[in-house]
Amino acid sequence: MRILERKHPLAIRWFHWVNFPVLFMMIWSGLLIYWSNAVHRLLLGNYTLFTFFPDRFFEALGVPYRLAEGMSLHFFFMWFFALNGLLYVFYAVVSGEWRYLVPNRDSFSEAIRVALHDLRLSKIEPPPRKFNGAQQIAYTTVILMGAGSLVTGLAIYKPVQFAWLMNLLGGYEWARWEHFWLAVGYVLFFVIHVMQVARAGWNNFRAMVTGYEIATVRIQSSLERPNSSIHTEGTTS
Amino acid sequence: MSGTNKRHEPVNEHDLNVARVMRNKSRRSFLVMGISAMAGFAGWKWLTARPEAGSLSYPLRRTLEFNERLAKSYFDETRLAPTFPREMAREPRVNGGEGLPAGLDPLAWKLQVLDAGEIRTVTLEHIKRLPRVEMTTEHKCIEGWSVIVNWAGARLSDFATEYNLGTRDGTPPGIRNRSRNLVRYVGLETPDGGYYVGMDIQSALHPQTLLCYAMNGEPLSIDHGAPLRLVTTVKYGLKSIKRIGKITFTDARPGDFWAERGYDWYTGL
Repeated sequence: MRILERKHPLAIRWFHWVNFPVLFMMIWSGLLIYWSNAVHRLLLGNYTLFTFFPDRFFEALGVPYRLAEGMSLHFFFMWFFALNGLLYVFYAVVSGEWRYLVPNRDSFSEAIRVALHDLRLSKIEPPPRKFNGAQQIAYTTVILMGAGSLVTGLAIYKPVQFAWLMNLLGGYEWARWEHFWLAVGYVLFFVIHVMQVARAGWNNFRAMVTGYEIATVRIQSSLERPNSSIHTEGTTS
Repeated sequence: MSGTNKRHEPVNEHDLNVARVMRNKSRRSFLVMGISAMAGFAGWKWLTARPEAGSLSYPLRRTLEFNERLAKSYFDETRLAPTFPREMAREPRVNGGEGLPAGLDPLAWKLQVLDAGEIRTVTLEHIKRLPRVEMTTEHKCIEGWSVIVNWAGARLSDFATEYNLGTRDGTPPGIRNRSRNLVRYVGLETPDGGYYVGMDIQSALHPQTLLCYAMNGEPLSIDHGAPLRLVTTVKYGLKSIKRIGKITFTDARPGDFWAERGYDWYTGL
Protein backbone atom coordinates (compact mmCIF):
# COMPACT_ATOMS: atom_id res chain seq x y z
CA MET A 1 0.00 0.00 0.00
CA ARG A 2 1.18 3.49 -0.75
CA ILE A 3 1.11 6.54 1.35
CA LEU A 4 2.11 10.14 0.85
CA GLU A 5 5.02 10.95 3.05
CA ARG A 6 6.01 14.51 3.91
CA LYS A 7 9.67 14.89 3.12
CA HIS A 8 10.88 18.46 2.59
CA PRO A 9 9.25 21.45 4.32
CA LEU A 10 8.13 24.30 2.06
CA ALA A 11 10.78 26.68 3.44
CA ILE A 12 13.62 24.26 2.72
CA ARG A 13 12.37 23.78 -0.82
CA TRP A 14 12.29 27.54 -1.41
CA PHE A 15 15.77 28.00 0.07
CA HIS A 16 17.05 25.18 -2.13
CA TRP A 17 15.56 26.42 -5.39
CA VAL A 18 16.34 30.07 -4.76
CA ASN A 19 19.93 29.12 -4.06
CA PHE A 20 20.28 27.30 -7.35
CA PRO A 21 20.13 30.32 -9.73
CA VAL A 22 21.75 32.62 -7.16
CA LEU A 23 24.76 30.35 -6.69
CA PHE A 24 24.90 29.93 -10.45
CA MET A 25 25.13 33.72 -10.82
CA MET A 26 27.79 33.94 -8.11
CA ILE A 27 29.90 31.34 -9.93
CA TRP A 28 29.32 32.90 -13.33
CA SER A 29 30.15 36.43 -12.18
CA GLY A 30 33.06 34.99 -10.21
CA LEU A 31 34.36 33.51 -13.44
CA LEU A 32 34.06 36.92 -15.15
CA ILE A 33 36.18 38.36 -12.33
CA TYR A 34 38.64 35.49 -12.16
CA TRP A 35 39.54 35.73 -15.85
CA SER A 36 41.53 38.95 -15.34
CA ASN A 37 43.97 37.15 -13.08
CA ALA A 38 43.53 33.48 -13.88
CA VAL A 39 46.46 32.11 -11.91
CA HIS A 40 45.21 28.96 -10.21
CA ARG A 41 46.60 25.61 -11.22
CA LEU A 42 46.44 21.99 -10.23
CA LEU A 43 50.01 21.01 -9.51
CA LEU A 44 51.71 17.67 -9.05
CA GLY A 45 55.03 18.70 -7.61
CA ASN A 46 56.19 21.26 -10.14
CA TYR A 47 54.19 19.79 -12.96
CA THR A 48 50.99 21.59 -13.98
CA LEU A 49 48.19 19.06 -14.36
CA PHE A 50 45.53 21.61 -15.20
CA THR A 51 45.33 25.38 -15.61
CA PHE A 52 42.14 27.11 -14.44
CA PHE A 53 41.23 27.72 -17.18
CA PRO A 54 42.51 27.20 -20.69
CA ASP A 55 41.99 30.25 -22.94
CA ARG A 56 39.68 28.26 -25.17
CA PHE A 57 37.38 27.63 -22.21
CA PHE A 58 37.13 31.35 -21.39
CA GLU A 59 36.62 32.27 -25.02
CA ALA A 60 33.97 29.62 -25.64
CA LEU A 61 31.94 31.05 -22.75
CA GLY A 62 32.51 34.69 -23.74
CA VAL A 63 34.21 35.50 -20.46
CA PRO A 64 37.13 37.79 -21.48
CA TYR A 65 37.08 41.55 -20.68
CA ARG A 66 33.99 41.51 -18.48
CA LEU A 67 35.60 42.22 -15.11
CA ALA A 68 33.52 45.33 -14.34
CA GLU A 69 30.28 43.56 -15.19
CA GLY A 70 31.35 40.51 -13.19
CA MET A 71 32.10 42.58 -10.09
CA SER A 72 28.81 44.46 -10.27
CA LEU A 73 26.89 41.17 -10.56
CA HIS A 74 28.93 39.52 -7.81
CA PHE A 75 28.27 42.43 -5.43
CA PHE A 76 24.56 42.34 -6.31
CA PHE A 77 23.88 38.62 -5.99
CA MET A 78 26.06 38.28 -2.89
CA TRP A 79 23.22 39.76 -0.86
CA PHE A 80 20.76 37.13 -2.07
CA PHE A 81 23.27 34.35 -1.56
CA ALA A 82 24.10 35.47 1.98
CA LEU A 83 20.51 36.21 2.99
CA ASN A 84 19.12 32.96 1.58
CA GLY A 85 21.89 30.96 3.22
CA LEU A 86 21.54 32.63 6.61
CA LEU A 87 17.75 32.24 6.57
CA TYR A 88 18.18 28.58 5.66
CA VAL A 89 20.53 27.93 8.56
CA PHE A 90 18.26 29.87 10.90
CA TYR A 91 15.26 27.85 9.75
CA ALA A 92 17.10 24.52 9.95
CA VAL A 93 18.11 25.26 13.54
CA VAL A 94 14.74 26.56 14.72
CA SER A 95 12.64 23.88 12.99
CA GLY A 96 14.86 21.02 14.06
CA GLU A 97 15.53 20.04 10.44
CA TRP A 98 19.22 20.14 11.27
CA ARG A 99 18.79 16.76 12.98
CA TYR A 100 18.34 15.07 9.60
CA LEU A 101 21.28 16.91 8.10
CA VAL A 102 24.10 17.02 10.58
CA PRO A 103 26.26 13.87 10.53
CA ASN A 104 26.53 11.78 13.66
CA ARG A 105 29.19 9.31 14.71
CA ASP A 106 27.79 6.59 12.44
CA SER A 107 27.53 8.80 9.36
CA PHE A 108 31.09 8.31 8.21
CA SER A 109 31.12 4.52 8.12
CA GLU A 110 27.64 4.63 6.63
CA ALA A 111 28.83 7.08 3.98
CA ILE A 112 31.53 4.62 2.94
CA ARG A 113 28.93 1.84 2.61
CA VAL A 114 26.66 4.14 0.57
CA ALA A 115 29.54 5.12 -1.69
CA LEU A 116 30.47 1.45 -2.24
CA HIS A 117 26.86 0.67 -3.04
CA ASP A 118 26.52 3.58 -5.46
CA LEU A 119 29.75 2.59 -7.18
CA ARG A 120 28.25 -0.89 -7.55
CA LEU A 121 30.94 -2.42 -5.37
CA SER A 122 28.52 -3.51 -2.68
CA LYS A 123 24.95 -4.78 -2.63
CA ILE A 124 24.04 -3.42 0.79
CA GLU A 125 21.22 -0.92 0.30
CA PRO A 126 21.57 2.56 1.83
CA PRO A 127 19.41 2.96 4.94
CA PRO A 128 15.91 4.16 4.14
CA ARG A 129 16.25 7.32 6.18
CA LYS A 130 15.51 10.78 4.81
CA PHE A 131 19.21 11.43 4.43
CA ASN A 132 21.81 8.69 4.62
CA GLY A 133 25.29 9.22 6.03
CA ALA A 134 26.79 10.23 2.69
CA GLN A 135 24.06 12.80 2.17
CA GLN A 136 24.44 14.15 5.69
CA ILE A 137 28.13 14.67 5.13
CA ALA A 138 27.70 16.14 1.64
CA TYR A 139 24.88 18.52 2.53
CA THR A 140 26.47 19.69 5.77
CA THR A 141 29.77 20.23 3.98
CA VAL A 142 28.18 22.33 1.27
CA ILE A 143 26.51 24.52 3.90
CA LEU A 144 29.88 24.99 5.63
CA MET A 145 31.38 25.79 2.23
CA GLY A 146 28.72 28.48 1.81
CA ALA A 147 29.77 29.97 5.14
CA GLY A 148 33.39 29.70 3.97
CA SER A 149 32.59 31.60 0.80
CA LEU A 150 30.97 34.40 2.78
CA VAL A 151 33.91 34.64 5.17
CA THR A 152 36.67 34.45 2.54
CA GLY A 153 34.64 36.73 0.27
CA LEU A 154 34.32 39.36 2.99
CA ALA A 155 38.06 39.18 3.64
CA ILE A 156 38.83 39.74 -0.06
CA TYR A 157 36.13 42.41 -0.43
CA LYS A 158 37.29 44.53 2.54
CA PRO A 159 40.83 43.36 3.34
CA VAL A 160 41.72 46.53 5.28
CA GLN A 161 38.53 47.01 7.28
CA PHE A 162 38.55 43.28 8.04
CA ALA A 163 42.33 42.88 8.11
CA TRP A 164 42.04 40.63 11.18
CA LEU A 165 39.84 38.24 9.21
CA MET A 166 42.15 38.35 6.21
CA ASN A 167 45.13 37.57 8.45
CA LEU A 168 43.21 34.74 10.07
CA LEU A 169 42.72 33.21 6.63
CA GLY A 170 46.44 33.41 5.93
CA GLY A 171 46.57 36.78 4.16
CA TYR A 172 45.06 38.28 1.04
CA GLU A 173 46.48 35.80 -1.47
CA TRP A 174 45.43 32.81 0.60
CA ALA A 175 41.92 34.20 1.09
CA ARG A 176 41.63 34.50 -2.69
CA TRP A 177 42.91 30.96 -3.11
CA GLU A 178 40.39 29.62 -0.60
CA HIS A 179 37.56 31.57 -2.21
CA PHE A 180 38.45 30.12 -5.61
CA TRP A 181 38.65 26.50 -4.50
CA LEU A 182 35.35 26.75 -2.69
CA ALA A 183 33.81 27.76 -6.03
CA VAL A 184 35.41 24.74 -7.70
CA GLY A 185 33.98 22.68 -4.85
CA TYR A 186 30.43 23.84 -5.63
CA VAL A 187 30.81 22.76 -9.23
CA LEU A 188 32.02 19.31 -8.15
CA PHE A 189 29.18 19.10 -5.64
CA PHE A 190 26.71 20.07 -8.35
CA VAL A 191 27.91 17.39 -10.77
CA ILE A 192 27.68 14.59 -8.20
CA HIS A 193 24.42 15.92 -6.78
CA VAL A 194 22.71 15.95 -10.18
CA MET A 195 24.01 12.46 -10.98
CA GLN A 196 22.72 11.13 -7.67
CA VAL A 197 19.34 12.83 -8.08
CA ALA A 198 19.05 11.34 -11.57
CA ARG A 199 19.68 7.83 -10.32
CA ALA A 200 17.42 8.24 -7.29
CA GLY A 201 14.55 8.79 -9.66
CA TRP A 202 11.47 10.87 -10.16
CA ASN A 203 9.75 10.20 -6.85
CA ASN A 204 12.74 11.60 -4.99
CA PHE A 205 13.15 14.61 -7.27
CA ARG A 206 9.46 15.41 -7.14
CA ALA A 207 9.69 15.53 -3.35
CA MET A 208 12.05 18.51 -3.62
CA VAL A 209 9.36 20.34 -5.59
CA THR A 210 6.14 19.16 -3.96
CA GLY A 211 7.44 18.25 -0.53
CA TYR A 212 5.86 14.78 -0.71
CA GLU A 213 7.14 11.38 -1.63
CA ILE A 214 5.07 8.29 -2.35
CA ALA A 215 6.16 5.57 0.02
CA THR A 216 5.20 1.92 -0.03
CA VAL A 217 4.06 0.55 3.28
CA ARG A 218 4.33 -3.19 3.77
CA ILE A 219 1.73 -3.50 6.46
CA GLN A 220 -1.59 -3.24 4.66
CA SER A 221 -3.91 -2.98 7.61
CA SER A 222 -3.19 0.53 8.75
CA LEU A 223 -3.22 3.98 7.16
CA GLU A 224 -0.98 5.21 9.92
CA ARG A 225 2.67 5.32 9.11
CA PRO A 226 4.24 2.35 10.92
CA ASN A 227 7.56 3.56 12.17
CA SER A 228 9.76 0.58 11.55
CA SER A 229 8.33 -1.05 8.47
CA ILE A 230 8.35 1.72 5.98
CA HIS A 231 10.06 1.34 2.68
CA THR A 232 10.78 4.26 0.42
CA GLU A 233 11.03 3.59 -3.26
CA GLY A 234 14.46 3.89 -4.75
CA THR A 235 17.43 5.48 -3.11
CA THR A 236 17.06 8.99 -1.93
CA SER A 237 19.34 11.84 -2.81
CA MET B 1 4.97 8.78 -13.04
CA SER B 2 5.84 6.35 -10.32
CA GLY B 3 2.62 7.28 -8.54
CA THR B 4 0.91 4.70 -10.77
CA ASN B 5 3.81 2.28 -10.66
CA LYS B 6 2.49 -1.26 -10.68
CA ARG B 7 5.63 -3.11 -9.79
CA HIS B 8 5.04 -4.07 -6.20
CA GLU B 9 1.39 -4.56 -5.48
CA PRO B 10 -1.98 -4.82 -7.17
CA VAL B 11 -3.66 -1.49 -7.73
CA ASN B 12 -6.38 -0.76 -5.25
CA GLU B 13 -8.71 2.10 -4.51
CA HIS B 14 -6.47 3.56 -1.85
CA ASP B 15 -3.34 3.60 -4.04
CA LEU B 16 -5.23 5.25 -6.88
CA ASN B 17 -6.38 7.88 -4.44
CA VAL B 18 -2.82 8.48 -3.28
CA ALA B 19 -1.69 8.79 -6.88
CA ARG B 20 -4.44 11.31 -7.60
CA VAL B 21 -3.59 13.43 -4.58
CA MET B 22 0.08 13.33 -5.58
CA ARG B 23 -0.77 14.41 -9.12
CA ASN B 24 -2.71 17.40 -7.82
CA LYS B 25 0.11 18.38 -5.50
CA SER B 26 2.59 17.97 -8.32
CA ARG B 27 0.58 20.09 -10.72
CA ARG B 28 0.30 22.90 -8.21
CA SER B 29 3.95 22.74 -7.10
CA PHE B 30 5.41 22.55 -10.58
CA LEU B 31 3.15 25.38 -11.68
CA VAL B 32 4.40 27.55 -8.82
CA MET B 33 7.94 26.56 -9.65
CA GLY B 34 7.50 27.31 -13.33
CA ILE B 35 5.96 30.70 -12.64
CA SER B 36 8.73 31.51 -10.14
CA ALA B 37 11.38 30.50 -12.65
CA MET B 38 9.78 32.73 -15.29
CA ALA B 39 9.54 35.58 -12.80
CA GLY B 40 13.20 35.09 -11.95
CA PHE B 41 14.13 35.08 -15.60
CA ALA B 42 12.04 38.21 -16.22
CA GLY B 43 13.81 39.82 -13.27
CA TRP B 44 17.17 38.97 -14.80
CA LYS B 45 16.09 40.45 -18.16
CA TRP B 46 14.88 43.56 -16.39
CA LEU B 47 18.10 43.86 -14.40
CA THR B 48 20.37 43.66 -17.41
CA ALA B 49 18.27 45.76 -19.80
CA ARG B 50 17.92 48.89 -17.64
CA PRO B 51 19.33 52.21 -18.90
CA GLU B 52 22.95 52.57 -17.97
CA ALA B 53 24.64 54.72 -15.36
CA GLY B 54 28.39 54.75 -15.81
CA SER B 55 28.33 51.87 -18.33
CA LEU B 56 26.31 49.78 -15.91
CA SER B 57 22.62 48.95 -15.72
CA TYR B 58 21.32 51.39 -13.11
CA PRO B 59 19.99 48.84 -10.56
CA LEU B 60 23.50 47.39 -10.43
CA ARG B 61 24.97 50.88 -10.10
CA ARG B 62 22.51 51.66 -7.30
CA THR B 63 23.53 48.44 -5.59
CA LEU B 64 27.20 49.44 -5.75
CA GLU B 65 26.22 52.79 -4.23
CA PHE B 66 24.25 51.02 -1.50
CA ASN B 67 27.30 48.86 -0.78
CA GLU B 68 29.36 52.07 -0.71
CA ARG B 69 27.13 53.71 1.91
CA LEU B 70 27.31 50.57 4.01
CA ALA B 71 31.10 50.39 3.69
CA LYS B 72 31.45 54.10 4.55
CA SER B 73 29.37 53.66 7.68
CA TYR B 74 31.76 50.93 8.77
CA PHE B 75 34.95 52.60 7.57
CA ASP B 76 37.38 53.63 10.28
CA GLU B 77 40.55 55.56 9.50
CA THR B 78 42.28 53.92 12.45
CA ARG B 79 42.11 50.54 10.74
CA LEU B 80 45.34 50.06 8.84
CA ALA B 81 46.40 47.65 6.14
CA PRO B 82 49.03 45.18 7.36
CA THR B 83 52.62 46.19 6.71
CA PHE B 84 55.46 43.86 5.68
CA PRO B 85 59.22 43.68 6.13
CA ARG B 86 61.05 45.92 3.67
CA GLU B 87 62.81 42.89 2.08
CA MET B 88 59.50 41.52 0.83
CA ALA B 89 58.99 44.48 -1.51
CA ARG B 90 58.88 43.74 -5.24
CA GLU B 91 58.62 45.77 -8.41
CA PRO B 92 54.95 46.18 -9.31
CA ARG B 93 53.78 45.57 -12.85
CA VAL B 94 53.12 48.63 -15.02
CA ASN B 95 49.46 48.44 -15.89
CA GLY B 96 47.98 50.93 -18.37
CA GLY B 97 49.24 54.26 -19.64
CA GLU B 98 46.14 56.49 -19.62
CA GLY B 99 47.04 60.09 -18.93
CA LEU B 100 50.77 59.37 -19.11
CA PRO B 101 51.94 60.55 -22.53
CA ALA B 102 55.67 60.63 -23.20
CA GLY B 103 57.55 63.90 -22.92
CA LEU B 104 56.92 64.99 -19.35
CA ASP B 105 59.40 67.57 -18.09
CA PRO B 106 59.77 66.73 -14.41
CA LEU B 107 61.47 70.03 -13.67
CA ALA B 108 58.61 72.06 -15.08
CA TRP B 109 56.04 69.98 -13.21
CA LYS B 110 53.89 71.68 -10.61
CA LEU B 111 50.93 70.46 -8.64
CA GLN B 112 47.74 72.47 -8.86
CA VAL B 113 45.50 72.39 -5.80
CA LEU B 114 41.90 73.53 -5.97
CA ASP B 115 39.97 74.13 -2.78
CA ALA B 116 36.90 76.32 -2.23
CA GLY B 117 37.39 78.01 -5.59
CA GLU B 118 40.98 78.88 -4.79
CA ILE B 119 43.86 77.60 -6.92
CA ARG B 120 47.30 77.03 -5.43
CA THR B 121 50.46 75.79 -7.03
CA VAL B 122 52.76 73.47 -5.14
CA THR B 123 56.19 72.13 -6.09
CA LEU B 124 57.75 68.80 -5.28
CA GLU B 125 60.04 70.55 -2.77
CA HIS B 126 56.99 71.70 -0.82
CA ILE B 127 55.79 68.13 -0.58
CA LYS B 128 59.19 66.74 0.34
CA ARG B 129 59.32 69.21 3.22
CA LEU B 130 56.35 67.45 4.83
CA PRO B 131 57.09 64.51 7.18
CA ARG B 132 58.39 61.62 5.10
CA VAL B 133 56.38 58.45 5.63
CA GLU B 134 57.54 55.07 4.48
CA MET B 135 55.35 51.98 4.30
CA THR B 136 55.70 48.48 2.88
CA THR B 137 52.19 47.40 1.99
CA GLU B 138 50.32 45.12 -0.33
CA HIS B 139 49.26 46.92 -3.50
CA LYS B 140 46.02 45.30 -4.64
CA CYS B 141 44.89 45.50 -8.22
CA ILE B 142 41.18 45.28 -9.06
CA GLU B 143 42.18 42.60 -11.59
CA GLY B 144 43.02 40.30 -8.71
CA TRP B 145 46.79 40.38 -8.40
CA SER B 146 48.67 41.94 -5.53
CA VAL B 147 52.27 42.85 -4.85
CA ILE B 148 54.14 44.06 -1.80
CA VAL B 149 55.80 47.42 -2.45
CA ASN B 150 57.77 49.85 -0.32
CA TRP B 151 56.49 53.40 -0.78
CA ALA B 152 57.72 56.74 0.54
CA GLY B 153 56.05 60.12 0.48
CA ALA B 154 53.97 62.55 2.48
CA ARG B 155 50.59 61.74 3.90
CA LEU B 156 47.82 63.45 1.97
CA SER B 157 46.35 64.30 5.36
CA ASP B 158 49.61 66.07 6.38
CA PHE B 159 49.55 67.93 3.09
CA ALA B 160 45.92 68.98 3.64
CA THR B 161 46.72 70.05 7.19
CA GLU B 162 49.74 72.10 6.09
CA TYR B 163 47.73 73.95 3.45
CA ASN B 164 44.38 74.05 5.29
CA LEU B 165 42.62 72.03 2.62
CA GLY B 166 39.35 70.20 2.61
CA THR B 167 37.50 71.93 5.42
CA ARG B 168 34.51 74.21 5.14
CA ASP B 169 35.85 76.79 7.59
CA GLY B 170 39.41 76.70 6.26
CA THR B 171 40.89 75.22 9.43
CA PRO B 172 43.31 72.30 9.11
CA PRO B 173 41.50 68.94 8.70
CA GLY B 174 43.08 67.48 11.84
CA ILE B 175 41.89 64.81 14.20
CA ARG B 176 39.44 67.16 15.90
CA ASN B 177 37.90 68.27 12.63
CA ARG B 178 35.21 65.68 12.17
CA SER B 179 33.21 64.89 9.10
CA ARG B 180 30.70 67.74 9.23
CA ASN B 181 33.41 70.28 8.61
CA LEU B 182 35.09 68.27 5.85
CA VAL B 183 34.26 68.52 2.17
CA ARG B 184 33.04 65.19 0.88
CA TYR B 185 35.45 64.33 -1.91
CA VAL B 186 38.89 64.63 -3.39
CA GLY B 187 39.44 64.44 -7.14
CA LEU B 188 42.85 63.86 -8.70
CA GLU B 189 43.88 63.99 -12.34
CA THR B 190 46.94 63.75 -14.54
CA PRO B 191 48.36 66.98 -16.07
CA ASP B 192 46.63 66.22 -19.38
CA GLY B 193 43.40 65.11 -17.73
CA GLY B 194 43.66 61.74 -19.47
CA TYR B 195 43.27 59.82 -16.22
CA TYR B 196 41.33 60.93 -13.20
CA VAL B 197 40.07 59.41 -9.97
CA GLY B 198 37.63 60.39 -7.26
CA MET B 199 37.83 59.49 -3.60
CA ASP B 200 35.77 60.05 -0.49
CA ILE B 201 37.52 62.45 1.90
CA GLN B 202 37.81 59.83 4.67
CA SER B 203 39.86 57.55 2.44
CA ALA B 204 41.92 60.48 1.16
CA LEU B 205 42.83 61.47 4.73
CA HIS B 206 43.58 57.89 5.79
CA PRO B 207 47.10 57.64 7.29
CA GLN B 208 48.10 55.17 4.58
CA THR B 209 47.17 57.50 1.73
CA LEU B 210 50.40 59.05 0.49
CA LEU B 211 51.53 61.60 -2.03
CA CYS B 212 54.33 59.31 -3.06
CA TYR B 213 57.69 60.25 -4.62
CA ALA B 214 59.80 57.13 -3.98
CA MET B 215 59.29 53.42 -4.50
CA ASN B 216 61.45 50.56 -3.22
CA GLY B 217 64.14 53.02 -2.14
CA GLU B 218 64.44 54.80 -5.51
CA PRO B 219 62.93 58.03 -6.74
CA LEU B 220 59.71 57.27 -8.57
CA SER B 221 60.36 56.27 -12.18
CA ILE B 222 58.33 57.72 -15.06
CA ASP B 223 56.60 54.36 -15.53
CA HIS B 224 55.51 54.30 -11.92
CA GLY B 225 54.19 57.85 -11.85
CA ALA B 226 57.03 60.36 -11.45
CA PRO B 227 57.25 62.95 -10.16
CA LEU B 228 54.36 62.44 -7.75
CA ARG B 229 51.71 59.77 -7.53
CA LEU B 230 49.05 58.73 -5.08
CA VAL B 231 49.34 55.51 -3.13
CA THR B 232 46.57 54.29 -0.89
CA THR B 233 45.97 50.99 0.88
CA VAL B 234 42.25 51.56 1.30
CA LYS B 235 41.43 51.38 -2.41
CA TYR B 236 42.28 49.13 -5.31
CA GLY B 237 45.33 50.20 -7.29
CA LEU B 238 43.25 51.98 -9.91
CA LYS B 239 42.75 54.88 -7.47
CA SER B 240 46.50 55.20 -6.90
CA ILE B 241 46.84 57.66 -9.77
CA LYS B 242 50.25 58.29 -11.30
CA ARG B 243 51.70 61.69 -12.29
CA ILE B 244 49.23 63.83 -10.37
CA GLY B 245 48.67 67.20 -12.03
CA LYS B 246 45.71 68.51 -10.10
CA ILE B 247 44.04 67.82 -6.77
CA THR B 248 40.55 69.16 -6.10
CA PHE B 249 38.80 69.23 -2.74
CA THR B 250 35.09 69.38 -3.45
CA ASP B 251 31.56 68.49 -2.38
CA ALA B 252 30.65 67.41 -5.90
CA ARG B 253 31.42 63.77 -6.57
CA PRO B 254 34.43 63.86 -8.91
CA GLY B 255 34.47 61.93 -12.14
CA ASP B 256 36.40 58.69 -12.13
CA PHE B 257 37.99 57.12 -15.20
CA TRP B 258 37.13 53.52 -14.38
CA ALA B 259 33.80 54.23 -12.69
CA GLU B 260 32.71 55.70 -16.03
CA ARG B 261 33.68 52.37 -17.59
CA GLY B 262 31.47 50.17 -15.45
CA TYR B 263 33.50 49.83 -12.26
CA ASP B 264 32.46 50.72 -8.75
CA TRP B 265 33.21 54.35 -7.93
CA TYR B 266 34.14 53.64 -4.32
CA THR B 267 36.22 50.44 -4.59
CA GLY B 268 37.06 50.69 -0.89
CA LEU B 269 39.07 47.93 0.70
